Amino acid sequence: MKDVAPSIILKVVCRRLVPFVQIFGLYVIMHGHSSPGGGFQGGVILASSVMLLVLCDGLEPVQRRFSVAMATAATSTGVLLYAGVGVLSLLLGANYLDYGILPGAEPRSLGMLVIEVGVGITVTGALVSIFYDLLGFE
Amino acid sequence: MNYLHLVVTGLTGLLLFLGSLDMPNTGDPQSAPAVHVSPRYIEDSLKETAVPNMVTAVLADYRGFDTLVETAVVFTGAMAVLLILRSHREEQ
Amino acid sequence: MLEFIIGHFNNATYIMLMMIGFYAMIGKTNLVKKLVGMNIFQWSIILFVVSLSAKRDATIPIVFGSHSSGSPAHLDASSYVNPLPHVLMLTAIVVGVATTGVALALLLRIYRRYGTLEEDELLKRIRSSG
Repeated sequence: MKDVAPSIILKVVCRRLVPFVQIFGLYVIMHGHSSPGGGFQGGVILASSVMLLVLCDGLEPVQRRFSVAMATAATSTGVLLYAGVGVLSLLLGANYLDYGILPGAEPRSLGMLVIEVGVGITVTGALVSIFYDLLGFE
Repeated sequence: MNYLHLVVTGLTGLLLFLGSLDMPNTGDPQSAPAVHVSPRYIEDSLKETAVPNMVTAVLADYRGFDTLVETAVVFTGAMAVLLILRSHREEQ
Repeated sequence: MLEFIIGHFNNATYIMLMMIGFYAMIGKTNLVKKLVGMNIFQWSIILFVVSLSAKRDATIPIVFGSHSSGSPAHLDASSYVNPLPHVLMLTAIVVGVATTGVALALLLRIYRRYGTLEEDELLKRIRSSG
């Protein structure tokens, strides 16, 4: 993978396509409330944008921007965010993961949004970390 | 092509199909999965959670514990691949 | 009789898919082909359970137009598809992805250590190398 020159079609098309894929992935995560989508689906789309960049540029330039350590850190941050919302409900006086006590006009919708963002971050980091490990093994 | 494998596969498929003859018809609105607990999710999820997508409401609110542990499963899968493939010892 | 066939032929289709995956798991000797068979088996089960949620003349389980009007009218439970199997199978899909990732990592280590991925050749090399 590291010493094969990609063709010119890949280099031209992938480079221009990656920003649109990333915006679509963010849209799927954020609009999980009103359209099909949610945390898992958007996380996989974001991870696939990184894989597309690796296909057209090689492993080294992409790992300079989105490093292995960042992918591993993202995997743990999402789980921490999810469990953190539960502990916040505990500290405010209700049961674990009870969203009715959060501040705001629609507390359950807000709690669900934070949770979906956490799940999306974890799934992105996990899939990119697995991809880097499988490729970088010599 | 080993005939024992084909016979075992065919036998398993036949037994599964005979077991599935007792299931209700597809698309029946009065079948058992459709009247037991899901009418409450369909009718009350918009009133209680203000989220139009019923699948996300059930996944993140009514069954939030399952999603938490399942996110931990994804995390464990990534850690398992890290442990298997990233090692600095030299193999003999 | 026709009602019965129409109501049950999708079960037969998914069971046929399951048996294709099952035969690949037990009948082939290459480890990668066994892994592909396991994947086919798993996906056919997911499709089967999602097909249990179908209802006649029902739409997808998303309420449209709820932000424009104030509070919506009473939702009829038989005009929306059952959302519960969809939710449970989302978990199953993600668990399948994690399982496939770990299996591929194990296959990489096996190939590097023993040099082959055929089952009988692999057993010979394990026995001879201790």
